[in-house]
Amino acid sequence: MNTTTAAVLVPLLPFAAAALILLGGRRAPGFVRPLAVLPTLASAAFAVLVAVRQDGGEPVEAATRLAPTGNDALPIELALHLDGFAVLVAVLVAVVASCVQIYSTGYLRDDPRYPSYAALVSLFTAAMLLVVYTDDLVVLLVGWETMGICSYFLVGHHWETPAARAASIKAFLVTKLGDVPFVIGILALAADAQTFRISDIAAGLTSTLSPTTLDHPTLIALLLLAGVAGKSAQVPLHTWLPDAMAGPTPVSALIHAATMVAAGVYFIARLLPVFASSAAALVVLAAVAALTMLGSALAALAQDDIKRVLAYSTIGQLGFMTGALAVADREAAVFHLLTHGAFKALLFLAAGVLIHTAGTGSLAAMSRMRGLKGRAPDAYWTMTVGLLALAAIPPFSGFFSKEAVIGAAEHAAFDPEHGIPAAAGWIVLTAGLAAALLTAAYAARLWLVAFHDPVAARTEPVPPGHQTGPQLSAVLWLLAVPTVLLGLGYRVLPEWFDDGDLAPTLTTSVLATGAALLGGVVTYAAWRRAYEGDGPVDPAPSLLGPLHGPAEEGFRLDALYAAAFVRPVRAAARLVRFLDATVVETYVRGAAGAPGLLGALTRRAQTGNVQTYLSVMASGALVLAVAAVLAAGD
Amino acid sequence: MSGGNGYLSPSGQEIVFVLTGLVILGAAVLCVTSRQLVHAALWLVVALGGLAVQYLLLTAEFVAWVQVLIYLGSVVVLLLFGLMLTKAPIGPSPEADGRNRPVALVVSLASAATLVTLVVDAFRTAWIDLETPHGTSDQIGDSLFRVWVLPFEALSVLLLAALVGAIVLSRRRGNAQGNGGS
Amino acid sequence: MHLVYPAVLSALLFSVGVYGVLARRNAILLLMSVELMLAAVSLNLVAFDVWLRDSVHSGQVFTLFLIALSAAEIGIGLAIVLLVYRDRGVSAVDRLTGLREGGGGGGDDQDPIEDDRSVTGTATEAATEAAPKSAPN
Repeated sequence: MNTTTAAVLVPLLPFAAAALILLGGRRAPGFVRPLAVLPTLASAAFAVLVAVRQDGGEPVEAATRLAPTGNDALPIELALHLDGFAVLVAVLVAVVASCVQIYSTGYLRDDPRYPSYAALVSLFTAAMLLVVYTDDLVVLLVGWETMGICSYFLVGHHWETPAARAASIKAFLVTKLGDVPFVIGILALAADAQTFRISDIAAGLTSTLSPTTLDHPTLIALLLLAGVAGKSAQVPLHTWLPDAMAGPTPVSALIHAATMVAAGVYFIARLLPVFASSAAALVVLAAVAALTMLGSALAALAQDDIKRVLAYSTIGQLGFMTGALAVADREAAVFHLLTHGAFKALLFLAAGVLIHTAGTGSLAAMSRMRGLKGRAPDAYWTMTVGLLALAAIPPFSGFFSKEAVIGAAEHAAFDPEHGIPAAAGWIVLTAGLAAALLTAAYAARLWLVAFHDPVAARTEPVPPGHQTGPQLSAVLWLLAVPTVLLGLGYRVLPEWFDDGDLAPTLTTSVLATGAALLGGVVTYAAWRRAYEGDGPVDPAPSLLGPLHGPAEEGFRLDALYAAAFVRPVRAAARLVRFLDATVVETYVRGAAGAPGLLGALTRRAQTGNVQTYLSVMASGALVLAVAAVLAAGD
Repeated sequence: MSGGNGYLSPSGQEIVFVLTGLVILGAAVLCVTSRQLVHAALWLVVALGGLAVQYLLLTAEFVAWVQVLIYLGSVVVLLLFGLMLTKAPIGPSPEADGRNRPVALVVSLASAATLVTLVVDAFRTAWIDLETPHGTSDQIGDSLFRVWVLPFEALSVLLLAALVGAIVLSRRRGNAQGNGGS
Repeated sequence: MHLVYPAVLSALLFSVGVYGVLARRNAILLLMSVELMLAAVSLNLVAFDVWLRDSVHSGQVFTLFLIALSAAEIGIGLAIVLLVYRDRGVSAVDRLTGLREGGGGGGDDQDPIEDDRSVTGTATEAATEAAPKSAPN
């Protein structure tokens, strides 16, 4: 089997599994579990195989013509482009998807809609793998939109609850809001570059011999950025992600750790030359990243629901990745994507176990439970590891990747020579350091509030819940391995990427780790005061002060959107309904009523009275006679 | 005749015809406007009787006698029976005329005007020779039983059918439906 | 004698008959008006026969046939009128509107505009008695 065949099988296997489950899952429920897990595992194996074969060497390319577009120079092709980024991200996606599928067999054991759920997760995985492997913008768009619709269904899995329905519609609408400019951007890019092939575009823009230039790089970059902001939950289109926690926890792990939100970052990484050719776009990207990092970190610090904390932290970590891209360092971005995918999947799945055990997702409720860590030791330990990675404490993986990002920002800020604006570097650097502090703070808060109980002061017992299955713990420990060790990949990953340098530099390491430690210590102090007091054991109010209220509500962005968009749209809908009901309907009623009226008038002639009929008949005969006489007389 | 063919010098027969015609018309108008149903039937007798006189004036004596015998003797009597059987009120009944009267008046006046105009226009100069009778009993009998015998027989069958039909129709049915359907 | 005299008389008589047919409500009065029209036609036939001196006397023979036919017509007509009267209790033709649009089967008595002047007291009673009988028809 050559590399190309294996690569084709990677997205194809989950897709076929999804089709089979959708077709036969209802009739043969026994086959659903193997059909959900085995193809995804095989796909992961193939992805690893492809990565090993590719081995950071020359990109493997294969293409077949898919559909004409009316312009012979611009065909849509089913093209593969397997460079180091693609194969590694594919490995991440396939591994996380396999973990999620295995975990789901235990987590959703009693769910009556498990077959459709498994099929949608498989389809989702296939779509993401397609996005990762493809070299054609239109095919990428197909995978991109398939992910969008799958996320809609998966977030709305518990559609009995209004929250899930609202969240799924919100996720769909917000991402679609970004996707409209995204499509326009793709078409504009293809029109400028005269090809749909991503590798050709990137190669043309970076070529030193005959560099092509785009006519409207800023416009295209900003249009594409809108779609990326929707998918990767960047400010101001991030609001769907915290609400999407209404979906099942494995879905959160899948969507919000490794696949969907990563797609935006990965897309920019692939098309970085386009963004790099516009300084304005990079500055905008940096500003977006900074806003996202700081805002989401503050919001995460104030959330009560454990999954919402993790969701906001996802937004923040994605902000780090876009920050790395804003300083045109895609190696750091994808490095952070990989480590983040690992530890965030771990965190979500551990949180799922925790919620399962505690029977609630509320941190305030967990803070009153005695012996939670004893009841869920696997979740406790793996979550600790995951939080340490999230807080970028060495030597966990998050430290290395975050150092790579901050190091790249520092490099761009102090050494602005290759067309990257220093402003972007400074923005990302300062925001990154501040966010490192805040990230450590909310990670520490989460851990302290959920688990830490040094003098056993908690009162309530853990409610007797279901025992979680062994496959859940197995998956957690499996994911804990890359969470701890993946950071060491900074030594080998550059060979797969662009041969850059991902090693942490001393200055930034000290700065960032110092910031993280400072955040952790301050949080611990605040927690200690709250723990020794009588009130709720939550350091967030005292840490955030007046910011706590707005941060808890996501800075009231939803209210702003409601005022700015939802209410006008509702008013317009009411207006349309009014117009339809009274104006348009009037014409329709008139169209029906006028013939009805005429018919009623005609019906009046049908009196049933013979004499009336006879009178009319006689008059008619007379008129005819007179007419005949007059005509004959002429 | 003596006065020639002019309108202004009518013959005696014409004078009688016109006078009788006026009586017929008057009786006919009363027949269709009278509010008393029995009176209307009697005015019909007058009109039909006057018509018999006209037939005589036109030298159709056999038809005239048949008119008197059949119409006056049987048809009108049948009508009177019908009035009695439908419990028609004796005395003026204001509902004898329907609401269709204005329309009927317009239609009938229009038809009268049209017909009279046409007839006068068409037969202004036609002249009936009444010197030799044309319609005595022997003449009519001759042609009736020589030329028209087959239609005559058919007519007798038709009369028989009408007789049977009238009996079937007017036979009182059983309780609700009984043998009414047969 | 001028042909115009009988022709005009028959035309006028016919018109009077038309008026009667269109204006009268009572079915028997209607039949009388029909008789008037038939008589007018008879007069026409006779007059034209005499005028034309027809050798086979077709006009007068037709008049005879017509008289016989009208006798038959009166017989059948009266039978129908009596039957309707027995079934419905009415002999007013403008109340026999069962074929009206939306009138339904035999609901000729349901006309709300119509007052009850057309039927006498006994007829109304007969109508109420006869109404159930009319249903199976």
